[in-house]
Amino acid sequence: MGGGRGTARQYDLTPHLASGQFPHRFGCVFKKVDQRIVTHAPTVLGQLHGLANPHRFMGFASAATPWCMALAGTLLIAGLYGALFAAPADYQQGDSARIMYVHVPAAWLAMAGYSGIVIASAIGLIFKHPLADTAAKSMALPGAVFTALALITGSLWGKPTWGTFWVWDARLTSVLVLLFLYVGYMAIWEAIEEPTRAARAAAILALVGAVNVPIIHYSVEWWSTLHQGTSVLRKDGPSMPWSMLWPLLSMAFAYQALFAGIVLVRMRSEILERRLRTRRLSLGEEAP
Amino acid sequence: MWEFLAMGGKAAYVWPSFLISAVAIGALVAWSYHRLRRAKEMLALLEEDKP
Repeated sequence: MGGGRGTARQYDLTPHLASGQFPHRFGCVFKKVDQRIVTHAPTVLGQLHGLANPHRFMGFASAATPWCMALAGTLLIAGLYGALFAAPADYQQGDSARIMYVHVPAAWLAMAGYSGIVIASAIGLIFKHPLADTAAKSMALPGAVFTALALITGSLWGKPTWGTFWVWDARLTSVLVLLFLYVGYMAIWEAIEEPTRAARAAAILALVGAVNVPIIHYSVEWWSTLHQGTSVLRKDGPSMPWSMLWPLLSMAFAYQALFAGIVLVRMRSEILERRLRTRRLSLGEEAP
Repeated sequence: MWEFLAMGGKAAYVWPSFLISAVAIGALVAWSYHRLRRAKEMLALLEEDKP
């Protein structure tokens, strides 16, 4: 075997050089030259397509996870320092405004996580690729946790600011609906045994629920509400000083890196568990 | 120090927010890794059983 590879390495390129016509699939030549040289299509699309291969995805995910976690940890330390020590207390709300540094990143992620599920579900429905369904499924629990955190920390911020833990206004209610969408999405995956059918049903729920995402975003503009308006992603620039903005952004990116790491870990578990299920089934068939 | 912990009289709202966030996220990370490790172990066991 080793000898075979050795001779293959001496694959002759001269005829191609002489004709001036390299084979269209340049990579194939190199594969023959040395199979250990992995040739990727140089386009981003090609690389993404390569990652769609579950085996290659596992390698990518296990390599990327520690980087996500390390990035999250670093940003979290900086963000917490900024949130608790460096940032000034709000001139109106005092120190309770520090809740912002755990509330806003969680709320952003609640929406980003759901948007991620919607995009992955659409790809899963259109291209029928199981990895897209796995991605969507893996985002559900972390997304639900961050939505719950947004509601709980928002409630704890509402009491000293508005005098109440909860009001049934547009922003709070639409985020509660988002939590129910997450729970419903996970319930469908649990309820339907057959994975492809479960993926279809869950994806349809996710797509129908997508209408809620813009409603949450614009709820503070469309309806009168106790909730304050947008203060970072505004057309005229952020309405808070840099000393409060950088800890917020640091915490937000930390949460996003953490979310990415968690989703990669959960996707790997999903793939391994699926492999486990097929192995068990095949073992069961072999048994007398 | 006490002044910092008192959070301008808002300690009862600020610290629970940070604590609940830390506990929930910590549990999510720990459980996700635990699930991955368990799946790896089960697969390894099945591979051993193979003749």
